Amino acid sequence: MIVVRQKPLKEIVKAVAPYRRILLVGCNTCAAVSLAGGELEVDTLVQTLRLASSQEGTGSVFEGAVLQRQCEPEFIEKLEIDDCDALLSLGCGAGVALLADNVDIPVIPALDTMFIGSAKGLASWRAECSACGSCVLGETAGICPITRCAKGILNGPCGGVNDGMCELGDRECAWVLIHDRLAKLHREDEFETTHEPKDYSVKTKNPEWDAHARGGDR
Amino acid sequence: MSFRDVVESDEFIISSEVGPPKGIDVAEMLETAEQLRDRVHALNVTDNQAAVMRLSTLAACVHLKQHGFEPILQMTCRDRNRLALQSDLLGAASFGIDNVLSLTGDHVVVGDHPQAKAVFDVESVQLLEIIAELNAGKDMVGNELHGTPSFFPGAVVTPDANPLEPQLAKFDKKVRAGAKYFQTQAVYDPDAFKRFMEHARKHDVKVLAGIVVLRSAKMARFMNKHIPGVSVPKNVIDELQAASDGTQTGIEIAARFIRDVKDSCDGVHIMAVGAEHLVPAVLDAAGIGSVTQ
Repeated sequence: MIVVRQKPLKEIVKAVAPYRRILLVGCNTCAAVSLAGGELEVDTLVQTLRLASSQEGTGSVFEGAVLQRQCEPEFIEKLEIDDCDALLSLGCGAGVALLADNVDIPVIPALDTMFIGSAKGLASWRAECSACGSCVLGETAGICPITRCAKGILNGPCGGVNDGMCELGDRECAWVLIHDRLAKLHREDEFETTHEPKDYSVKTKNPEWDAHARGGDR
Repeated sequence: MSFRDVVESDEFIISSEVGPPKGIDVAEMLETAEQLRDRVHALNVTDNQAAVMRLSTLAACVHLKQHGFEPILQMTCRDRNRLALQSDLLGAASFGIDNVLSLTGDHVVVGDHPQAKAVFDVESVQLLEIIAELNAGKDMVGNELHGTPSFFPGAVVTPDANPLEPQLAKFDKKVRAGAKYFQTQAVYDPDAFKRFMEHARKHDVKVLAGIVVLRSAKMARFMNKHIPGVSVPKNVIDELQAASDGTQTGIEIAARFIRDVKDSCDGVHIMAVGAEHLVPAVLDAAGIGSVTQ
């Protein structure tokens, strides 16, 4: 899923300040699962912004709505904008972008899109995929070195590894994990495989993808 | 004698390093290098070391070369993509700078421009392969070069990495990718280093043990905290803490490490971290005289 998190409230308050009638638009897919853009979060932010607005005396009106998916036109069509002068999106970047493509008023992001990740536990997620367009997980025992190694190294741990931790101190060394899992899977011979530089043009050359028309480069 | 000649001979190899200035005044860097003349075979020139922005390693190498020193160009993959790496390498070769040390590089987050976008388009193993291709007269995608460089590539290794096995697997990859010599991260445990050397000796490469000249317990603690890949053990910190003259004790510790590892490796790489003037004293204390030029 796409993992998102709310921007600092101060930033949101400042961004909506020029507008008087603001509709908050949640997204019931990834953003809801990320606990940042579902019904509860939209309601909470509506109440918070109303409170902030009444304290400042701006007289702005805030309402909320939640779409099933902000990144699909068929769901956006159902949105009733009425006389709003701005939308505040509680969706990922794709949701903000598609909303902005379909309305004639400003769309402001309330969230920051962090990564494609998995749930580690309750309300915690980990980046797993960088959407590089040429997957190497088959060669790295299911642990993405592009994503989980801070340097995206393809050929083993750097010299910064310390007791299995990354030199940045905030994550385990992806290459120690890959090494351990390859060993566990009796794939030790793959320790010797040198991975060639990645072809980043795959990503660059495929800004759009049409599964029916076999678009892009294949 | 070029560094390549020394490495290919039976001589005990001595290298050290200098850091380019933050700014354009290279006088101090050249003075530092002067203190090491006749005592080392080559001088590494660091490349935005610890991700702190400085004068370019290539420009600094040119200055040193013009003053009669034998520089080793440190090349990290942090700040350059594959075009810039090859381009700078060709630039180096055009100045007769052939010694290249391939490094992935410390992350920008640990340096003085933590907001920067880190590059890491390729990494140390792949950079060694790129160097091999340039040496074969072609760029990494197979285009012919006008004039073929003859780089002498080296790499780094952490002999007491924890865990060790993935580090050794990477060491093997670097050897296969063409590294002719290795400068190790700081050695503090001679026994662990000897165990590493048993592995290294399976390959036909030269290994220079990394020796850091510590000057105080405070400095050691600072390095442990801020420099990736550095972990000065407690017993060494305690020894410095108890010393009345930290600098003298630091020199003695460094010299002792050199004596301890001398017979199990091919040379030493001395990192004085801003106190290069102490290197001659360290070498004297270790019983190593002037080098043949």
